[in-house]
Amino acid sequence: MQQLIYFIQRYRYVLYFLLLQLLSLLLIINNHSYHKSKFISSANSISGGVFEKRKSITDYLNLKTENKLLIQENLLLKNKITFLQSKIDTAKTYTQIDSIEYQQQYKYIDGIITKNEYHKAYNYLTINRGKKNGITSEMAVINHLGVIGVTDAVSNSYARVRSILNRSNELSVRLKNKDINGNYYYGSLSWDTKDYQIVQLNDIPRQATISIGDTIVTSGRSAIFPEGILVGSVKSTELRQKSNTIEVQLFNDMTSLRNIYVINNFHKQEIKELEQLTNE
Amino acid sequence: MSRNSFYLLFVFIGLILLQALVLNNILLFDRINPYIYIAFIFIYPFKKNRFSILSIAFLLGLCIDMFSDSGGVHAFATTFIAYSRPYFFRTIFQKTELDYEFFSLKQESFGKVFNFIVILTFLHHFLLFSLLNFSFHNFFYVISNTILSGIFTLFIYFLGSFILSRK
Repeated sequence: MQQLIYFIQRYRYVLYFLLLQLLSLLLIINNHSYHKSKFISSANSISGGVFEKRKSITDYLNLKTENKLLIQENLLLKNKITFLQSKIDTAKTYTQIDSIEYQQQYKYIDGIITKNEYHKAYNYLTINRGKKNGITSEMAVINHLGVIGVTDAVSNSYARVRSILNRSNELSVRLKNKDINGNYYYGSLSWDTKDYQIVQLNDIPRQATISIGDTIVTSGRSAIFPEGILVGSVKSTELRQKSNTIEVQLFNDMTSLRNIYVINNFHKQEIKELEQLTNE
Repeated sequence: MSRNSFYLLFVFIGLILLQALVLNNILLFDRINPYIYIAFIFIYPFKKNRFSILSIAFLLGLCIDMFSDSGGVHAFATTFIAYSRPYFFRTIFQKTELDYEFFSLKQESFGKVFNFIVILTFLHHFLLFSLLNFSFHNFFYVISNTILSGIFTLFIYFLGSFILSRK
């Protein structure tokens, strides 16, 4: 017994040292095995609290990088949104069959104007729809207020639209209301390049009674525009006696266009073939 | 408690926080960290009773382990150098236990102090990385980590002692 006490007294530092080493080794092994709870870990209240404090400081210091990351993420999400929106946009096209009154079949394709002009004599717009959206040349372009133009040149994903504010554009229109005898009066619309709000209605029969404020709509006589799309209202009939021209105020403000619909007429080919036949 | 004890307590807590909050996040080349907290073992006064240094070294290592989620790796390595400190003291400084009372690292020649600290640092780092590795694979990784991190630790230690000793 005494020898044991002597032994412990003599080697007390070594024994204490070995005890501590054994303890640390146990902790190491414990740390390497999974299903055991760990006392010595950064999840306890002391180290957790210290790390929490550090986080609140470093968070503040990292605001700049964090902002950059958020901006990048925003960019990514925005791009995704526009991508998805374009998917929804193209899916929104629908078919309207109106066979009882006008005997025509139309498909509406929506789009957005990416370039607009109204200050030249030959104005063209650009829309973000093209061949892959089913656009071909000679299709009607309208918006909720009325006619805008006719598609002209078509690329894969864009199309050029010949505006009604283009000297070479002619549009078949009629008065919206019948006169007393129950007749519609037809004419053709063109632009004299002077005022972007006013277009000229020509070739209206002399017997037609026209008063200021009468509504002009498309006639449906061409294969491009369906019948009954709004164009404008009669502004003045001063020149009627001299050159048989009536000034028409457009419903559309041609300077601020954005959302448009392109109208595809499925019967266009058929109509054109028929007309070719009569020419021969 | 004397003034010296307060000073040591301050250094103890300061070194732990420095290690846990700053130096553990350096990760130069994705793996090299200085482990400057062992400076406490170098500056702790030499005493005949070795229970205090062993206990404090164990506690110090355990605190660092707590912050770096490494089980008892730091505690093991730190206790080991705390235990072996007197042997290196005897061989390098050529002194006995009688000199403990008046010994100070500042009064010794730089060469001896350098040897003392370099040996203890590399010993500590070698044990640390071996246990962190916890296998005999990647032994080259252990050696390279020991050497590179050891150089980093020594650089910071000597830089710090140089700056702090100039009054």
